[in-house]
Amino acid sequence: MKLHEYQAKQLFSNAGIPIPRGLAAKSPAEAEQAYQQLAGQVSPGRPFVCSVKAQLHAGGRGKAGGVLTASSAEEAKTHAAGLLGRRLRTAQTGPEGLPVSAVLLEERIDAATELYLAMTIDRFHARPMVLASRRGGMDIEAVVASEPGAISREPVDLVAGVSPGVINRVASALGLKGETAAACGRMLKALWTLFESSDASLIEINPLVVTASRQLLALDAKVILDDNALFRHQELAALRDESQEHPLELKASRIGISYVGLDGNIGCLVNGAGLAMATNDIIKLSGGEPANFLDVGGGANVEQVTNAFSIILADTRVKAVLVNIFGGIMRCDWIAEGLLKATEKLQVKVPIVVRLQGTNVEEGRRMLGEAKRLNLISIEELAAAAKRVVELAGTRA
Amino acid sequence: MSILVDRNTRVLVQGITGQAGAFHTEKMLEYKTAVVGGVTPGKGGTAVHGVPVFNTVQQAVDKTGANATVIFVPARFAYQAALEAIDARLPLIVVITEGIPTLDMVRIRQRLMGSPIRLIGPNCPGLITPGAAKLGIMPGYIHKPGSVAVLSRSGTLTYDAVYQLTQAGLGQSTCIGIGGDPVLGSSFVYLLELLERDAQTEAVVLIGEIGGTEEEEAAAFIKAKMRKPVFAFIAGKMAPKEKRMGHAGAIIAGGKGTVEEKSAALRGAGVTMIESPAAIGETVKAALGRPAARTVR
Repeated sequence: MKLHEYQAKQLFSNAGIPIPRGLAAKSPAEAEQAYQQLAGQVSPGRPFVCSVKAQLHAGGRGKAGGVLTASSAEEAKTHAAGLLGRRLRTAQTGPEGLPVSAVLLEERIDAATELYLAMTIDRFHARPMVLASRRGGMDIEAVVASEPGAISREPVDLVAGVSPGVINRVASALGLKGETAAACGRMLKALWTLFESSDASLIEINPLVVTASRQLLALDAKVILDDNALFRHQELAALRDESQEHPLELKASRIGISYVGLDGNIGCLVNGAGLAMATNDIIKLSGGEPANFLDVGGGANVEQVTNAFSIILADTRVKAVLVNIFGGIMRCDWIAEGLLKATEKLQVKVPIVVRLQGTNVEEGRRMLGEAKRLNLISIEELAAAAKRVVELAGTRA
Repeated sequence: MSILVDRNTRVLVQGITGQAGAFHTEKMLEYKTAVVGGVTPGKGGTAVHGVPVFNTVQQAVDKTGANATVIFVPARFAYQAALEAIDARLPLIVVITEGIPTLDMVRIRQRLMGSPIRLIGPNCPGLITPGAAKLGIMPGYIHKPGSVAVLSRSGTLTYDAVYQLTQAGLGQSTCIGIGGDPVLGSSFVYLLELLERDAQTEAVVLIGEIGGTEEEEAAAFIKAKMRKPVFAFIAGKMAPKEKRMGHAGAIIAGGKGTVEEKSAALRGAGVTMIESPAAIGETVKAALGRPAARTVR
């Protein structure tokens, strides 16, 4: 689960990780008040300029016009009115963009140096890891791609936490000395405590800045939490912002279906995540374009198959559907029954190619054949089924 | 021989009184697997499908001589269940449970460091040595004893691959689902090492997917150490970046973990890459050059 920058910074602040002074606002009026309050804190009686940062679950905001500056309460209000509720399209959002859920008003910082610091899990070695680079403020992926040596990786021991050795190496990788190196050590310890206590998958500070007065500050904050661990963090689970999620994906996830929208016109209904990915792949190999990834889950009863169809067909670009089920514990005759009932209930008009394999497959195929539905085509082999569905989607496009 | 499980494997089921645990205990028994005991705290003294239930893993081990366990316990209790199995020194622990927090798996891996205990999973279908023992949830009847091993990060896609092999007349030595989560108990590398030494296994089919570096690590091992032929299919060519494709581990993050990168690494190690998920059986059959596999070399 992703957090917004302002939510992440609240966690940072609670954990003792220094951040710029700022306030979040969810309406223009709140932004106006926030400006006045901040101005009073940061530079009482003098002019005050702050950033107004759009809050959405994607990076690349600056270039997309999502970070503005305000030098009066009136201006803060106007910027907030312009950003809030609007969909912002950045390099990371896709063409439809994401809604701006809030704005973060923040004091502007004179950065002497921009660094990169992150904590994540090294999956293969099963241990937490610190990532540090002097190339902060940039797209870190591009930095790693062009210059792999520009990022250093330090494993963290689960029991010992961030050791003096780790601190020394990270500070040295970041080029920090003296008091800033000590501040870096405190930050790393706080980062690890936050990482472990919140079951994070990723905490990223980009940029981490050294200010003109040699202070270390987290200028941006990205936190992704482990969905599997949210059951033990009710207060963090409550930070979920569903407006940032794709409506169909959200609807699907609520009923135990994994759905991801893609750009094509062939709907897919599959059991199992690996087989669902492979089904998308074989459609592409056969010259077609899948409209979605869909894993119907383990217990695909009539209701679940009906739900899956209604989600697939909510995408009006879908011209044909490929159902690919490998019956293991789930029996093919149950799936056939579910398919017949679901397509009848939803009055599905598009052609559906059904490839059933596995437990009770003969019975399942017999049921589909006897139903004599013109738009239900049963094909045994996956390659042939994919070829057929691509033809059907093409001719009706 | 096969790897990890055979006719002598004596199996415990942790969470045997739950719906999934009870159902799959019955299926494992039908496959003639020696399920010798179950564990559910507070349900000791009862029985499920004739299998005695104990309150603790240690009691079950003491009474039954079990040497493996399959865990069906719900995600929030699975960590404790796995620790209990580790403390009882069961040499093989198979975790079927889906949804275990990643840091819990990191803690489990830490506990296992330097230990001979082998953990498979979590979020996996388990493992099977056809005709000998089934420790998991895969449909037993699609398998056939033979000499092709299957290693996979997936469930139903593995069944499809196994089914294709069986249809092509190729039996299997041992089939293992390593799991779909970011942090796993056993890597492809460790299992490839066992398969390279296993006399029954003549070839390996590896089924990977996007995300992580399991396949890249496997490629490095195959290049350096393996002589047996390896075939591979990697799922997720169509997956968009930064989107989780069902499995918690299947996500292309930071442009890493793509099908292209994994395929290039494996191809560079001499692995035969299979482009279509429907061509797994026929590709292996054509390469091994005979319709039926021998069981022992």
